[in-house]
Amino acid sequence: MPSLDYRLGIDVGGTNTDAVVLDRADRVLAKAKVAGTHDITGGITAAIDAVLAAPGIDASRITHVMLGTTHATNAVLERRRLRRVAVLRIGSPATHGIRPMFGWPADAAAAVSVGAAITGGGIEFDGRDLAPLDGDAIARFCAEVGGQAQGVAITSVFAPVSPRHELAAAQIVARELGDEVHVSLSHEIGSVGLLERENATILNAALVGVAGDVARAMRAALAAHDLHPATFFAQNDGTLMALDHALRYPVLTIGSGPANSIRGAAFLSGVTDALAVDVGGTSADVGVLVNGFPRESSQGVEIGGIRTNFRMPDLVTIALGGGTVISNEAGGARIGPQSVGYQLTGEALVFGGRIPTMTDAAVACGRADIGDASLLGRARPLLRRAAQRADAMLAEAIDRVKTSRGDLTLITVGGGSILVPDNIPGVSEVIRPAHFDAANAIGAAIAAVSGQVDRIFHLGTGGRSAALAEASDEAREHAVAAGADPGTVQIVEIEEIPLAYLTTPAVRIRVKAAGTLGGLGEPSPPTAVHVPRRST
Amino acid sequence: MSAVLDAATLRAMARGCAILGAGGGGDPHIGLLQSLQATEDFGPVTLADLDELDDDALLMPCGMIGAPTVHIEKIENGTEGSRLVARLEQITGKKVAALMAAEIGGSNGLQPISWAARAGLPVVDADGMGRAFPEVPQVAMHIAGISPSPCVMTEERGNMIVFETVSGQWMERLARAAAVEFGGSASSTEYTLTVAEARTATVRGSVTLAIGIGQALTDAEGDPVAAVLAATGARRLVTGKIADVERRTTKGFVRGSVVVEGLGADAGRLIRLELQNENLVALEAGRVTASVPDLISVLDTETGDAIVTERVRYGQRVTVIAFACHPIWRTPAGLEAAGPRAFGYDFDYIPVEELAGALS
Repeated sequence: MPSLDYRLGIDVGGTNTDAVVLDRADRVLAKAKVAGTHDITGGITAAIDAVLAAPGIDASRITHVMLGTTHATNAVLERRRLRRVAVLRIGSPATHGIRPMFGWPADAAAAVSVGAAITGGGIEFDGRDLAPLDGDAIARFCAEVGGQAQGVAITSVFAPVSPRHELAAAQIVARELGDEVHVSLSHEIGSVGLLERENATILNAALVGVAGDVARAMRAALAAHDLHPATFFAQNDGTLMALDHALRYPVLTIGSGPANSIRGAAFLSGVTDALAVDVGGTSADVGVLVNGFPRESSQGVEIGGIRTNFRMPDLVTIALGGGTVISNEAGGARIGPQSVGYQLTGEALVFGGRIPTMTDAAVACGRADIGDASLLGRARPLLRRAAQRADAMLAEAIDRVKTSRGDLTLITVGGGSILVPDNIPGVSEVIRPAHFDAANAIGAAIAAVSGQVDRIFHLGTGGRSAALAEASDEAREHAVAAGADPGTVQIVEIEEIPLAYLTTPAVRIRVKAAGTLGGLGEPSPPTAVHVPRRST
Repeated sequence: MSAVLDAATLRAMARGCAILGAGGGGDPHIGLLQSLQATEDFGPVTLADLDELDDDALLMPCGMIGAPTVHIEKIENGTEGSRLVARLEQITGKKVAALMAAEIGGSNGLQPISWAARAGLPVVDADGMGRAFPEVPQVAMHIAGISPSPCVMTEERGNMIVFETVSGQWMERLARAAAVEFGGSASSTEYTLTVAEARTATVRGSVTLAIGIGQALTDAEGDPVAAVLAATGARRLVTGKIADVERRTTKGFVRGSVVVEGLGADAGRLIRLELQNENLVALEAGRVTASVPDLISVLDTETGDAIVTERVRYGQRVTVIAFACHPIWRTPAGLEAAGPRAFGYDFDYIPVEELAGALS
């Protein structure tokens, strides 16, 4: 890996792609925002070209590139560019009651699956074999799907307790189908909850092609500038994984956009524990920054009608952005949910257009000086009512995302930040950092590299402390494998959830370790926080 | 009158079962998927009223016992219910005429439907609780003096145990220990009874009620909470937000309390809920406003759907409702099994209607 000099951060969002160049001291040297294109990778190329064209940028000094992208999310939503996957569940005689992909939208199942099997094996919650692993059945399934399957998704019952059946099955699949067929293993992707973990594992295998396409396009765009930097992908917890890791776990890039913004908000403000809101053109995401990272959701998320349980930033999203359309409603103003999106500069009143938007409301209230305020005319009373309504929406979203009483600092980022008022109930102070409009790309550029463990441990003779030590060591190893400098890796989060209704002591332990990129200078890892959970 | 449980009805029923869980009973999602798959594969299930069946016809109360964490990971084989039926018929020498949920609240409400689809049997419009309770003997059949034995328990591999116990408490103790050995979760039947007995020893109409609640939610225009109130006859205790949550796990049970702060018309009011897996007691200004065995459910104010105790979080916009339990729980024997004192509270039960009357 090259020693670190300039970093290029790129964030591919819904309408725009942002790019920034940071120097070794994390100063923003250049930033660019380009509108998205229909070509799946055109936005990346355009953003790279634009930011490198900024005056005074010595592109040859770029040693690292960090990409956050919605490509994987969109591929799932649009059922496009997905690979064909064979779905292998290890758990017979259990689990036949709900077969793989039951309840999936039919078009998604048709786009992804070449067949599914439930074969003998699986683990019990206490680590025993549910049934012996049936290797012959796995080989027979391989013979059925061979030639059609581009990937195999393997999920064993209670793989979060022990992955041994998944690992053994992976060897059989490699022997039968060859190394060129991708294999996704559920214990590397999700946590307890068989169906949701299996779904995430299937999606992962289906997304491997998209991740490869994006990586190739980015390499080509960089090569055109004679650049060959170390490459990282942002993942949904606000940390980075090395390119080869991202190519194997592309599903983990889903949700990286809001995570990057929240991380960027932390970096730009210098605050590690606060609320953060990212206001874009169409919506606002409110999240919580804990120890410099976005707090993660405790419940699974649905993507394109498919339930998953992998880790995602815990957000409250409301239809409130700079382009959100305001209309008259008896006794008040109606906010959205439509938005003029990237056509803001043509459609909004302050730009001479005819559609009242939240940007106009911000100008009417004196929160922003954009366009021509004299064009607001008779719309002013409506716009002021809309601003009041929007402030209430935002206050409620902020209150929903909080976990306890007490006022907190709010960091506001994103192009639509001008909508956020200075006084919000439950907020002690509103911070509007410099470069707020590029917080997402900056968040990608400054991100740490992490590793995580989330599985069930049985408390043996060593008790709780031995289990915590084992989990912490594993998380550290994962962080180093993902590209972190071993000397800087620290445990940043520990969560323990005792399991109910069990007579043998067992606990689900989730540990996250994070470190700086290999080759980066002074480490500044956050200190560990311990979050004991009282219940499941 | 019998009805056919189609996919839309099952989806509605799952929403109703969640509300009848009174905060406990587990997420009905797995039970719903099992039922949808089984009815797709084996044909729809008929819902039968007890009056349509012969007096001496045999009913099989059934459900899952064990840890919710295991339920969501080690999903059943699907044949468990048919094996319970076969074994119970062998022991009793009688044909099982229909299945019945031991517990309508939460995930167990839908469990018998997947088994009934495969066995080609109807389910009856009744259950053992009319809500969710944590222990095996907390069923109406127990209060009515029906024997818990024989209990048949099985799991995905085909292991099977038949228990003959001297009391419901022994059944709870042995069955739970066996469930742990089976891998933390098992399928069981106990308190077998005839239709004639069931007419007075079960909570009748509870499947129809669950479906009705769910359909009221699906059809609601504007105010889903109002639809739930109408469907259940419940009283609204407060509309507000979760202001504090305190939970701990002891001896396999979730205990704790939740504070709901009133908003809008309820601004300034604070309601505290005491919970042990289910929501057991609602308190306002030191006074009990509803208590077990009456049902206390926390609803998402926006969707009207139940929020189970383990998913209650600060900031959620909720409406707390309370409604009457089945009269069997209000008898001395019912209160001894599932009244406030059975859960360790030092006060006597007062029906929710009377508490509400005293407030106004």
